[in-house]
Amino acid sequence: MAMLEVKNLGISFGGLRAVDEFNIKIEEGQLYGLIGPNGAGKTTVFNMLTGVYTPTDGSIVLDGQNITGKKTVEINKAGIARTFQNIRLFTEQTVIDNVKIGLHNEKQYSMLTGILRLPKYKKIEKEMDEKALELLKVFDLDGEADLLAKNLPYGKQRKLEIARALATNPKLLLLDEPAAGMNPNETEELMKTIRFVRDHFKMTVLLIEHDMKLVSGICEELTVLNFGQVLCQGKTMDVLSNPEVIKAYIGD
Amino acid sequence: MKNLKKSSKDHLITYGILLLVYIVAEILIKTGNMSSLMQGILVPVCVYSLVAIGLNLCVGYLGELSLGHAGFMCVGAFCGAYTTKMLQGTINNEILLFTIALVVGVIMAALFGFLVGIPVLRLKGDYLAIVTLAFGEIIKNIINVLYIAKCSDGMKVAITDGGAIEVDEAIGEMWLVNGAKGINRIPHLSNFTIGMILIFVALFVVFHLVDSRSGRAIMAIRDNRIAAESVGINITKYKMMAFVISAAIAGAGGVLYAHNLSTLTATPTNFGYNMSIMILVFVVLGGMGSFRGSIIAATILTILPEGLRGLADYRMLIYSVLLISMMLFNWAPAAVNWKKKVMASINNKTSKKGQVE
Ligand SMILES: Nc1ncnc2c1ncn2[C@@H]1O[C@H](COP(=O)(O)OP(=O)(O)OP(=O)(O)O)[C@@H](O)[C@H]1O
Ligand SMILES: [Mg+2]
Repeated sequence: MAMLEVKNLGISFGGLRAVDEFNIKIEEGQLYGLIGPNGAGKTTVFNMLTGVYTPTDGSIVLDGQNITGKKTVEINKAGIARTFQNIRLFTEQTVIDNVKIGLHNEKQYSMLTGILRLPKYKKIEKEMDEKALELLKVFDLDGEADLLAKNLPYGKQRKLEIARALATNPKLLLLDEPAAGMNPNETEELMKTIRFVRDHFKMTVLLIEHDMKLVSGICEELTVLNFGQVLCQGKTMDVLSNPEVIKAYIGD
Repeated sequence: MKNLKKSSKDHLITYGILLLVYIVAEILIKTGNMSSLMQGILVPVCVYSLVAIGLNLCVGYLGELSLGHAGFMCVGAFCGAYTTKMLQGTINNEILLFTIALVVGVIMAALFGFLVGIPVLRLKGDYLAIVTLAFGEIIKNIINVLYIAKCSDGMKVAITDGGAIEVDEAIGEMWLVNGAKGINRIPHLSNFTIGMILIFVALFVVFHLVDSRSGRAIMAIRDNRIAAESVGINITKYKMMAFVISAAIAGAGGVLYAHNLSTLTATPTNFGYNMSIMILVFVVLGGMGSFRGSIIAATILTILPEGLRGLADYRMLIYSVLLISMMLFNWAPAAVNWKKKVMASINNKTSKKGQVE
């Protein structure tokens, strides 16, 4: 069974058909890339997969579970976590607290337990701290745990978003342009980290990226979107050598 | 972990300052060194501090503007005073009587917070400000036309038409709520000590709430709603939680307020729009998200106008100069940096001591 199977997904904004007849099938443990020119509809696909937008047509099945039309919160609980193209961190909170917020449903205690500081509070908070630090270490952010998220440099903010998404213990991780704004060294490092995340957490990853070096370096399969429609789909090397893709996207 | 310790240290400082203020004030009273004017505003200071703490939770941590917290205070005041009047003959222990009134007032304010929250907190955008503003005005007007009396043949309730109920005080009948005349002859159960205890309890609740899983969820919604949803946080639930607790604390302030007066009426000055704005001023001047700041601002801005009464003409002038300087002290970059430096040096000193031990 595929980890993600999307059929005939489509959405219209007023008269604009932003995404049309979108199909994709991602196997468990795959590193999958979604590429295409600006405005092609890539982020819109992510927004539909995560319930930010309700699709006008089509179906989304995650690991056998139909999640079409579900709310963002339910979809996260079902197993999809994401990052955002325009970074969305909890800016006024510390780096470690950002990850602990990601652990919200993984490690729970009630409001009253928190206010009364019952023994369970201490126990769960300790578990949260440990788990959060472990995740921060993966992204080499453990040294900045007590900084406010807004004071992190740009590249590290992107990494923190991934750490926070992973904290929700997803089956499928969606990354929207994770390398945007990073320098070549940071991008190189990010590629290693994404591979590590996939191997270490046995994660399935779908990522949007404009950086061709990253895409060809780590993605096993690709889907190319153009004007809201799938232009080409398949093994990374085949897709990138497809003349139509070169014309529509790379030759741009 | 380090972060946790730092915030609890900060809480301890706040508790310490409050305790010190309480002790000094009590000594001044006992030794006869506090004017009766000052003694008279100690309870109001506690009342406004409480309501400001509640509002700060809503504005500073949830990031939602409420312009009707005087309304929740009003609910707490009337429900609390009503309970006291009902139980007055039955329960003679004053502390117990006040505690029951407090519980009722707080629960009713929380309930109204919940009812106001149901339609509004699901919406995205700034609807809360408008709805709470209306709520504050409506609740005040309803109370002004509400008549409840304890008569020999049972309880009687009337809306608008108070004349329909005849009350003969000679045979032990009495008004519980008498329309615009409000609630009369409320036993004077509030005092400075009770006010301070309530502030301590409120701080205990909000400090611990903010520094817990639920508090982080509340602040996550404030910082970025879409991201909060994306990590599985139930937005409505946590908005509601913060708002209801906020209303409940304002209700506690109301109960304290009511038992400090012999006659409780709902007028535009005590529970109207102006009061809501005044509390908001305390919160903003004290610093959003700083409960200690809310208390300090409420205290200074309540004591000052009274203290300046003798200066008559210059009173408003001095008051506004003070408002502006507090604003500068809180928001001007230079002042903010200076405060940070002071706080850092205090923290350094204490943590160095900690290392040696
Ligand atoms: N909420 C919305 N309302 C109206 N139009 C929208 C909305 N969201 C997206 N669009 C439109 O849908 C199209 C696809 O946008 P989308 O953000 O998905 O592109 P993208 O492929 O992610 O581009 P980029 O590479 O620049 O991030 C654009 O024309 C955009 O203006
Ligand atoms: Mg995009």
